[in-house]
Amino acid sequence: MSDVPRRIMDFIAGDPQADRAVPPTGFTARLTFLSAAAMAFLAVFALALSLATGRLADRWSAELAKTSTLRISAPSGQMAAQTTAALAVLETTPGVAEARALDADEQRALLAPWFGPDLPVETLPVPQLIEIVEDADGYDAAGLRARLQAEVPGAVLDDHGRWREPLVEAASRLRLLGFVSMVLIAGATAAMITLAANAALAANAQVIRVMRLVGAQDIYIAGAFVRRFTIRSLLGAAAGTLLGTLAVLLLPRADAAGGFLTGLGFQGWHWMWPLVIPVLAATVAFFATRQAALRTLKEQT
Amino acid sequence: MIELDNVAYSYGGAELFSGLNLALAPGSFHFLTGPSGAGKTTLLKLCYGALIATGGQVRLFGQDARTLDRDAVALCRRKIGVVHQDCQFLDHLTVAENISLPLTVSGRVAHASDVTDLLGWVGLTQQAQQLPPELSGGERQRAALARAVIMSPEVILADEPTGNVDWEMSQRLLALLVELNKMGKTVLIATHDLSLIRTAKSQVSARVLRLKDRKLQLAGADL
Repeated sequence: MSDVPRRIMDFIAGDPQADRAVPPTGFTARLTFLSAAAMAFLAVFALALSLATGRLADRWSAELAKTSTLRISAPSGQMAAQTTAALAVLETTPGVAEARALDADEQRALLAPWFGPDLPVETLPVPQLIEIVEDADGYDAAGLRARLQAEVPGAVLDDHGRWREPLVEAASRLRLLGFVSMVLIAGATAAMITLAANAALAANAQVIRVMRLVGAQDIYIAGAFVRRFTIRSLLGAAAGTLLGTLAVLLLPRADAAGGFLTGLGFQGWHWMWPLVIPVLAATVAFFATRQAALRTLKEQT
Repeated sequence: MIELDNVAYSYGGAELFSGLNLALAPGSFHFLTGPSGAGKTTLLKLCYGALIATGGQVRLFGQDARTLDRDAVALCRRKIGVVHQDCQFLDHLTVAENISLPLTVSGRVAHASDVTDLLGWVGLTQQAQQLPPELSGGERQRAALARAVIMSPEVILADEPTGNVDWEMSQRLLALLVELNKMGKTVLIATHDLSLIRTAKSQVSARVLRLKDRKLQLAGADL
């Protein structure tokens, strides 16, 4: 294992004479560079999506797990009494840390996205909302519902689970899709680099013949191609990653998007993650080219 | 060194030759002649492991060629210098780089003095930095010969080395090959140029083999 760093350094340094043995191949060089750049650009977004949805899932899960809402629908004359009764029930319910009725301004703010800011909430038959914050142990939802049914007939308890779970699941699926996209991008990169390497090998059949004639072993011939494609992929992916990261940097900030999204950008040390992409692209290119070269050399025997 | 025992070779269902026996002893000089299409090039390719015999056994430096993998064949080729009629260069490399290519691929350091000496020996000092397409036919053949001997191989196989050059140049190439033989190298030249063989026989003790009618025979005094 201690030999690996030295071998990597030798590979990066290369053998100028071996590199010269294979002539520069114009279109495969450009194809490899552009493919790696495009795939790295997409990979940055897939990575950003995956990390952002992960954060979203965590946030929704954490923020909503310990809260619930009590909705009171009653004739306007009974609303205040039922609210007071509900608060009294909640105050004596084990597991409820805090319960408070939303005031008119808070209810107006909740409805503002749909009806505008000047909605006369007081004159409309809008249910009264009570925000419940649970303590660490939580409360017995079934027991609370039974008490409320008896003492506050217009109250409906919403523990958020009905819509929190699908949201968290959707965010988790998006995160999974982001990772699947990364894998697909890596696979597509490998396929494109393999095609480019095969084209280069076919175009250099004469070079391979001559190198074999003078005693070159397969690994030496393959190495001349592998190093070239690996470095092109590394440089292409670095360029694509840089552009992708800049594009993510220029995305609108989370608060500008209405406070719903956490922002698709990276946060904190997650900005380091894109650095992995060029290394990953070079690794994919190394193995794809090596496999293609050794297979072609075997077929050309 | 290189031995062929009862070797046959078929291609596309047609037998090119069979029952072929040949032993290239160290320091020997052989000519291989015969009509076009008789299989001279194929026989040479069997001798450096580029083809595998369909019958019999080819031994390269004591090893059965059929049991050698590609890397082992490559190692054998470092002991065999091959000169083709069409030379087979890397056209984007200079003459000097092409000549040192066997050293490069075997991981050995190509000393400039070695390459310069060889270029001087084949009379191509002035052409060292030229590209192969800029050379004449004779210059290309001499460059191919220099490349074939840079690893100091034990055997030199030359396939129609004088096929594309004039008489004067063919004599010069022959002189180089005879000189190599006198240095102890084993030489096998495939040629249909009988005048070249006659000239060589006055300079070196050479066996002349004729590949004809799918058999290898020792040529008589009719040459």
